[in-house]
Amino acid sequence: MTRPRTLYEKIWDAHVVEQRPDGTCLIFIDRHLVHEVTSPQAFAGLRASGRTVRRPDLTLAVPDHNVPTTARLDASGNKLPIADPESAAQLAALEKNAPEYGIRYIDAVAPEQGIVHVVGPEQGFSLPGTTIVCGDSHTACHGGIGALAFGIGTSEVEHVLATQTLLLQPSKTMEVRVEGEVGPGVSAKDIILHITGTIGAAGGTGHVIEYTGSAIRALSIEGRLTISNMAIEGGARAGLIAPDETTFDYLKGRPYAPKGADWDAAVAWWKSLATDPGATYDKVVIIDAADIAPSVTWGTSPEDVVPITGVVPDPASFADPSKQVAAAKSLAYMGLEPGTRMQDVPVENIFIGSCTNSRIEDMRAAAAVIKGRKKAASVKWAIVVPGSGLVKAQAEAEGLDRIFTDAGLEWREPGCSACLAMNPDKVPAGERCASTSNRNFVGRQGPGSRTHLVSPAMAAAAAVTGRLTDVRELMA
Amino acid sequence: MTPLNEVDGRAIPLGLKNVDTDVIIPAHWLKTTTREGMGRGAFEAIRKDPDNIFDSAEYKGAPILIAGDNFGCGSSREHAAWALGDLGIRVVIAPSYSDIFSGNAVKNGILPVVLPQAAIDRLMEVAQTDPVHVDLENQTVTTQFQDRFTFEIDPFRKMCLLEGLDEISITEKSAAAIGAYEQKLAQDRPWLQPSL
Repeated sequence: MTRPRTLYEKIWDAHVVEQRPDGTCLIFIDRHLVHEVTSPQAFAGLRASGRTVRRPDLTLAVPDHNVPTTARLDASGNKLPIADPESAAQLAALEKNAPEYGIRYIDAVAPEQGIVHVVGPEQGFSLPGTTIVCGDSHTACHGGIGALAFGIGTSEVEHVLATQTLLLQPSKTMEVRVEGEVGPGVSAKDIILHITGTIGAAGGTGHVIEYTGSAIRALSIEGRLTISNMAIEGGARAGLIAPDETTFDYLKGRPYAPKGADWDAAVAWWKSLATDPGATYDKVVIIDAADIAPSVTWGTSPEDVVPITGVVPDPASFADPSKQVAAAKSLAYMGLEPGTRMQDVPVENIFIGSCTNSRIEDMRAAAAVIKGRKKAASVKWAIVVPGSGLVKAQAEAEGLDRIFTDAGLEWREPGCSACLAMNPDKVPAGERCASTSNRNFVGRQGPGSRTHLVSPAMAAAAAVTGRLTDVRELMA
Repeated sequence: MTPLNEVDGRAIPLGLKNVDTDVIIPAHWLKTTTREGMGRGAFEAIRKDPDNIFDSAEYKGAPILIAGDNFGCGSSREHAAWALGDLGIRVVIAPSYSDIFSGNAVKNGILPVVLPQAAIDRLMEVAQTDPVHVDLENQTVTTQFQDRFTFEIDPFRKMCLLEGLDEISITEKSAAAIGAYEQKLAQDRPWLQPSL
């Protein structure tokens, strides 16, 4: 009889190639996702040392961070040039590096191009029980289908390219259990914002978080990917949700997913991964789903969360003196006064997109609120950026693009866009954005930009009213 | 990678908590295909203020940075470590770090020292006027005022820093074990091979 193990421990154990005497383990990596921003220096390193890519067959490259979200082809179907020479150089580097090393490459104008964390699960390249890495912290996302997935730096990208492994110390485990049913207007995004506010931006540091409980199990894969995506905002390098029938239904038939007898064998293995009864976690946090409201951030850390019905907090109200200092700085940056009702905060910009919230369900949730309404005149810029070409096509087949454009929102090409403002999509200095992305850091959406993180439905509601809005008021 | 053992010098008393990697190096500085020159963009928003601490006569080029909880949170961008290194920083002292940042730091010869908040508070005080001494071999942070704080560090990371080791070369010694794992994997979980 073996010791009861958690989902994390089972995946970890299945990937140990070797354990060093000091406890560091050599861990095999099943899937490596590569994008244009954090890989050029890794490929340059390989070249300089005369190394090659050990397993190009387990690697998938797709450009997403830099790509403009405006049209990429002209009327005759030719690629349009990229205006920013630095972005163009990074994209050109990936376009050259991937084929040179025999790596699968999805081009910026391919129908299935998109944000790497949307593309991975959508293509069935990301699978439960696998180890997945990418030079991007939101790789945690793939934990939504039960993969041990985490972001890595460029040196580690080079390490994985060269050896298909990483040298790692095991993480501690943390369970975040959300029990019960969420109320109307409360989405996966609100759940994860609430969790981040509860545990804090460093609450999961050193841990892998497994999200459990009836409210998590009730979520679609899109919702689970949203939850796990933001594990990193709570400090955890990876999040996990046990794969179940919802997961298998989502993955079956996807291009890279196992087929036939392989599929059956895979499902049997995936089913064995669930945390054993009696297994224990190093930390447990229990949340009542009924306590979660549509949520919004007020500050410059993703832990700065309040219900939309709440007010901007007084920095003096925090017990931790360093948090008092941080909160005062945040409020100065955000241009907010303590006691202001969140619903009275005007927003001039709306961003619906990012690896957190750009899947078809997110598009549908935003469109359901926008339908038959108009963008407020005071909202200067409102863009909807689907997470991939396939999400875009699906949304267009459902007529969602027309709902957005009829309301005065722009319907764009897929990419990371205004989540981190590496491409031309930026929020002007001093202006606010109701954003479905994952980080409200200083300058994240452009120098001086002020970000309020919300769900897609809440972003749509803010587009209609021109202020942060309780989406439940528009649902009546 | 340059080996690191003892570092002695002024320590920039930044002190803030949740210093994220977008603050350390904003995304628009990531549009490069090299590792060099990141120091120009380091702490860009803070350094817009002409009286900022990083460019003051006293702290310019200081080899140590003192910060609050959860330093380097957010993005996995190794550019944050490159930016600190380019500024001349070899040691960061904070109560905690994001997991990804601390790994990136070590891979670039930067030592992330973890000390409790009380020690940080004391070092912030010393750093206003005097240097700080960091000794990796003995795992201590000391000052000329008899302060002596010891810190923990993962032995593998300590070895890599002290010897300036490159992890890929270490892993390449395990090539046979990786090959054996791959063979077993192909038998145990053949469905892992992407089907296209």
